[in-house]
Amino acid sequence: MIQPAIALNRFGLGARPGDRVTGEPQRWLMAQCDRFEPKPKAWAGIRDLSTSILENHEVQVAIKASKIKDEVNRAKSLKARADLAQSVYWTTTDSRLVSALTTSAPFVERLVHFWANHFAVSVEKGGVNLTAGLMERDAIRAHVLGRFEDMLVAVEQHPAMLDFLDQNVSLGPHSPAAQAASRNGKERGLNENLAREIMELHTLGVRSGYTQTDVTEFARALTGWNTAGREDHAADGMTAAPGDFRFRPRSHEPGVRTILGRRYEQVDQHQALAVLQDLAHHPATATLIATKLVRHFVADDPPAAVVARVASAFRNSRGDLPSTYAALVAAPEAWVTALPKFKTPWDWIVSALRGLDRVDSDGLNVQAILYQLGQPIWKPGSPAGYADTAADWAGPDALLRRVEEARRLATLSGAGTDPRQLLDELLPGIASTFTHTAIARASSLPQGIALLLVAPEFMRR
Amino acid sequence: MIDRRQLLLGSALIFVPRLLFAKVEMKRRFVFIIQRGAADGLDTLVPTGDPDYARLRGAIALDPATTIPLGDLFSLHGALQRVGQMYQAKQALFCHAVASPYRDRSHFDGQNILESGAMAPFAREDGWLNRLLTLLPASRAVALAPSASLALRGPVPVITYAPSGLPDAGDDMLMRVDQLYAEDAILHPLWGEALSARGMTGAAKQQDPAAIGKLTAGFLALSDGPRIAMIETVGWDTHTAQNARLDRQLTQLDHLLGALMDNLGPLWNDTVVVVATEFGRTAAVNGTRGTDHGTASLAMVLGGAVQGGRVITDWPGLSIGALYQSRDLKPTRALDTVLASAAAQCFRLDPQKTALALFPGSTVDKTLGQLIVS
Repeated sequence: MIQPAIALNRFGLGARPGDRVTGEPQRWLMAQCDRFEPKPKAWAGIRDLSTSILENHEVQVAIKASKIKDEVNRAKSLKARADLAQSVYWTTTDSRLVSALTTSAPFVERLVHFWANHFAVSVEKGGVNLTAGLMERDAIRAHVLGRFEDMLVAVEQHPAMLDFLDQNVSLGPHSPAAQAASRNGKERGLNENLAREIMELHTLGVRSGYTQTDVTEFARALTGWNTAGREDHAADGMTAAPGDFRFRPRSHEPGVRTILGRRYEQVDQHQALAVLQDLAHHPATATLIATKLVRHFVADDPPAAVVARVASAFRNSRGDLPSTYAALVAAPEAWVTALPKFKTPWDWIVSALRGLDRVDSDGLNVQAILYQLGQPIWKPGSPAGYADTAADWAGPDALLRRVEEARRLATLSGAGTDPRQLLDELLPGIASTFTHTAIARASSLPQGIALLLVAPEFMRR
Repeated sequence: MIDRRQLLLGSALIFVPRLLFAKVEMKRRFVFIIQRGAADGLDTLVPTGDPDYARLRGAIALDPATTIPLGDLFSLHGALQRVGQMYQAKQALFCHAVASPYRDRSHFDGQNILESGAMAPFAREDGWLNRLLTLLPASRAVALAPSASLALRGPVPVITYAPSGLPDAGDDMLMRVDQLYAEDAILHPLWGEALSARGMTGAAKQQDPAAIGKLTAGFLALSDGPRIAMIETVGWDTHTAQNARLDRQLTQLDHLLGALMDNLGPLWNDTVVVVATEFGRTAAVNGTRGTDHGTASLAMVLGGAVQGGRVITDWPGLSIGALYQSRDLKPTRALDTVLASAAAQCFRLDPQKTALALFPGSTVDKTLGQLIVS
């Protein structure tokens, strides 16, 4: 029976030795929704954003102060800023990995990774180092079993997204803030980046019928969406802590907006909120989300029939995510014996570490490994996130790097494990006799483990 | 006192210790150059006179104007300038449409048979070059590699010398991954590419091929040095962009051979170089401007001691009916017999005895005739 292995490897994050699927695999997967922990131990100890922001602010002040006078102190402060960014990146990427290794709900955990990539931010933009992990925890994990609309709002209001897609610097051209800037001889105005990517990547999808005018109108509606900084503590009688979402009325473009033929007369932040809610429930959004989910779980080229069923579950439930996942899990097309998906580097390394029974990242340097393998965590080349098809990941150099890494992991894991047994544990009914034979003929146990980790059946799910 | 250990680690030829090699009086030198990855014989000695060649190769068919014509049927790839000159000087001969007994399409199995001289892959642990050594009392061989590859392995100890960057033919894990992917239609070609690229990257970093030719000549020129050398070349697995890659590969091979000739000086007249690959490539171009694993290919025999200026072939033609399994150049002559004849005639050994020792399953091919000046 191959279905349990599919549940563990295609829907989950890869089997750990001793993992058992109890009962019907579809039911077993959906039952994980009841035990998923949004804030598990691995994520609990992360410092909150206001601490990072305040610390970063002090460093920034020190950098500014030292600009002219003191080269040594300036260098020290610059290093302190880089160290802070790196230390937060390392801690949070570690949380992500350890959570993936230790979770009791690997299907839901995989969905977290899916959504984090759907709403991609990139630490290429330096400040995102401080916020990317928190966005995954507080916007994605918190809503992965909720409604799409809520996840959407949480993401678009998160400092990571507002920073990454330049919303923090966007001003309504007729807003009081822009007028004041203009009087001081500074021309500042609209930035469409976030508005465009929300429509193109997060909701409707490219070429789904919206126009440039819709994007510009939406960008106007979004003006004022911002992140509270240190100075917002006392100002305006606000109680926002640094890093909280903060609407700045003085930056907001006044007036009624028309987007996709609908008029938005709301004022302040409620205007863009109303737009987001409509976008969340637009039929094109259902199709985009369904297409991406089906591509992730069923095939690089998503079968239209499955997409239609998943999209209709999304629409009929008003974007209830567990109902949508249930339609996906129920699709017979998702349970075919052939392994349709080539693992991304993240998928591969997580499944390898789970297969080797790791529960921590000690001595691994997973961040560097993922750089080597071509998929650094939270650092895709574009807001579209990492690609999700074999053509993007299965290349000659990528294979060589995985083989090298497999050798290293196998050596680290020691010689105690019999690769033939492990193969049966991890890929029951999946590995071919050909693979069995090749692994059984390995010249040493670590070599056998390394071969297992790069076997065709382990490279795919 | 310099010992063998230092030779292995050493970097300059002047340190090669003369005391290392037993005294031998043999004048003849034998060099085996292996082309790992299945070199395309059809674009090396090109059947430009075969009407089916241009049809099969389509967009990547070589323009005859860029080649070196050798007669009505064949032209030499334009990158092989020095080889062309050797041919004109009657110091190069080509055996076309040759193949080892192997009829499948795995690199490692094919190389294993080419090197072991056995009839089946992984059937024996020693290689035909080492068995040749056993027929030459007190002779030695050198492998231009970090470790002796299978052809040189056996009871007679051999010297290994690795200029940095030469591929390690003994990389067991890479070989096993190749076997692991043998039945995977997607991963196997990618892995082939990876290994080729690895070879090419290595080649870019390593001393240029001329330096390897010179190094080999240095070993062979020592009065009491090795008389047999084996040189590794990689990167022949041209599944994609074959024209550019093969041009680069053959240019490097030509430089290597030219440097070997130049640096051997008068000794070139007593030298036999054989260049061979594990199998050939498909007769037709594939979908990525390359060719896939095939069957028969080309063997080159070069050197001052060669009765050259000839192409030896029972040319099977390239029409659909003439192709092996309707896809590959059909083998019409055994590569084993070419290797055995060249080796036996080089060292003036008994042809029958040599063929049996080197390739126990082979039969002496009397039609092949004299390849080497007796």
